[in-house]
Amino acid sequence: MSAVTQGALAAAVDLNGPGHYLNWGVIQISAANLVIIGVMIVVFVLALLLPFPKGRGRR
Amino acid sequence: MSIRDRADLVQPGESTEPDEAAGWTAAVRRRLVRELPPDTMLPDTQPKYVASWIYVFGVLTLAAFLVVLGSGAVLAIQGPSWWHTSDIGHFFNSLHLWSVELFMAFMVIHLWGKFFMAAWRGRRALTWITGAVAFLGSIGTAFTGYLTQQNLDSQWIAVQSKDALNAVGIGAYFSPMNFGQMLMWHIVLLPAFVGILVVLHVLMVRRRGVVPPLPLRDRPAEAEPGTASEAGREAEAAETEEQP
Amino acid sequence: MSRRSRAAEPDPYSFGSRPYDLVKEFTIALVAVLALSIALAAVFSSPDKRPVTIATWAKADSADFTATALAELDGTSGTAQYGPPYNNASEGQKLGPVGLANLMGVTRPIDTAQDFVIRPLRSAAQTAIVSSAVARYTAASGAQQNTWTGNYSNALDKANGDPTKIAPGDYGPVPTMLTALLAQARAGSLDGQLLTESGVFYQTDYTLPLLFLADGSYLANLAGQDHLAGTQWGMMNETGNYPGQAWLWLYTFWYQISPYNNSTNGDALVWGTMAVLSLVFVFLPFIPGLRSIPRYIPVYRLIWREHYRDLRARGGT
Repeated sequence: MSAVTQGALAAAVDLNGPGHYLNWGVIQISAANLVIIGVMIVVFVLALLLPFPKGRGRR
Repeated sequence: MSIRDRADLVQPGESTEPDEAAGWTAAVRRRLVRELPPDTMLPDTQPKYVASWIYVFGVLTLAAFLVVLGSGAVLAIQGPSWWHTSDIGHFFNSLHLWSVELFMAFMVIHLWGKFFMAAWRGRRALTWITGAVAFLGSIGTAFTGYLTQQNLDSQWIAVQSKDALNAVGIGAYFSPMNFGQMLMWHIVLLPAFVGILVVLHVLMVRRRGVVPPLPLRDRPAEAEPGTASEAGREAEAAETEEQP
Repeated sequence: MSRRSRAAEPDPYSFGSRPYDLVKEFTIALVAVLALSIALAAVFSSPDKRPVTIATWAKADSADFTATALAELDGTSGTAQYGPPYNNASEGQKLGPVGLANLMGVTRPIDTAQDFVIRPLRSAAQTAIVSSAVARYTAASGAQQNTWTGNYSNALDKANGDPTKIAPGDYGPVPTMLTALLAQARAGSLDGQLLTESGVFYQTDYTLPLLFLADGSYLANLAGQDHLAGTQWGMMNETGNYPGQAWLWLYTFWYQISPYNNSTNGDALVWGTMAVLSLVFVFLPFIPGLRSIPRYIPVYRLIWREHYRDLRARGGT
């Protein structure tokens, strides 16, 4: 593998550092998992609230 | 205009004369045409009440499933060790991981949506059941995937999960420390299991159609003409609506 | 289920319909999800922490390796005391009166002294001193073996696990054997020997080396640093800052609370609980009460708000 492709395929954001964790009593969760779950809830709420385009069927 | 509305159009597999041919093949054909008519399988209209973004999460889950299968297939071409030594392989591993995260997230949002629609109503219980079992099967598939990564994560998950599997006797025949066995489950048995369930699930959704809206509790007359009293509606609800 | 419900079920299209292009919607979804996956993969990549080998373990923490090897030899290691499916040293976990592990029996017999220590030593070329040490140990009575290993274990404890600082004592051939095994491990040959013990060439089963690693504390320490341990909700977690299997939150949760986290049958209890909950989930449509929850939480009014608005406009009731 050449250095060029290696550079091109390297991650833009390196998540390999020490993990970030949050604790509330018995609950312990990684920041990454919390973000994923948070995004899921936000997307769910948006899907319920955002108006659905009326003419969509005619695309 | 839907095929459904056009009586003049002869549909494929639906001759003007009744199909009365003898034999097993003809019987299967008749059954398929009856159970899965083409215009219900691939409709060009949908019920008017299907007007919410929540409805897109089913198709998003299906799309993510295909990306998972595709990226997994690329990883399979050069075998399970490839991605540790090749940057292209590592990229496809990343694609596999992130499409799985999307697949699970879309599936869970789809599940939330269908739960709040009580989407099992109207002979749709089997649709719910196939979806729920596909979800559990996906968890098993992801688990075996983590076991076959060939890294520290896999080692630790293998030695930890063996205790749980052994505790209930499963470990006697399904060993997370047996890499070859886990790889077979991950790339053959479980994807086939989940894939078949997904196909059945989608066919059932198409066959029964999207579940109609729940009747409004405070407006019985609107939702369900013919039910006189709220008490009567409640009884009706208890007996019929929730039931699959 | 009832005849009435079948009769009462309306045709979805009787509510009115609109044009819709299913194939187009699917194609757009596929392209969008593929693009999003590629973007996430390109931006965040994926974790790949190198696996531990017996060799890296023996080099990094020789005291832990030696203590573990001794425990395998004298039958006090986690694997030696495990029970089914590896041996009959214990009964295995029970779910109430049912011991499923015991019921399934020993399907993967493991004799830790033989499999982890004696056979690897015998299968490698050894000096005469090591060969005669192994011969002396295997020829000795069980009581004699226990005296040697017990004495050596106590001496190791006193020397903080460092075999070089051990006081003289009656250890028999044990120190010679463990020193030879450590050398094999550090050289990397034990990794291979544990995989080919059953006389095979092709190998896909890592049960022996993984159990050996798991009996030590080195692997567990590494996992703990990455928040992978069971008490850290580890099942949900991934190395580094990557998201893990968030969908295991409920399964992992039980391991954090009583009685699951302090029962000797904790795993079986968690599985029993999850089995019941999974059945409830799968058969939700048939469970009175639970299946009515959506009716009482008016999310459905949001989802179908246009439909209800249309009804109101049309019906005017």
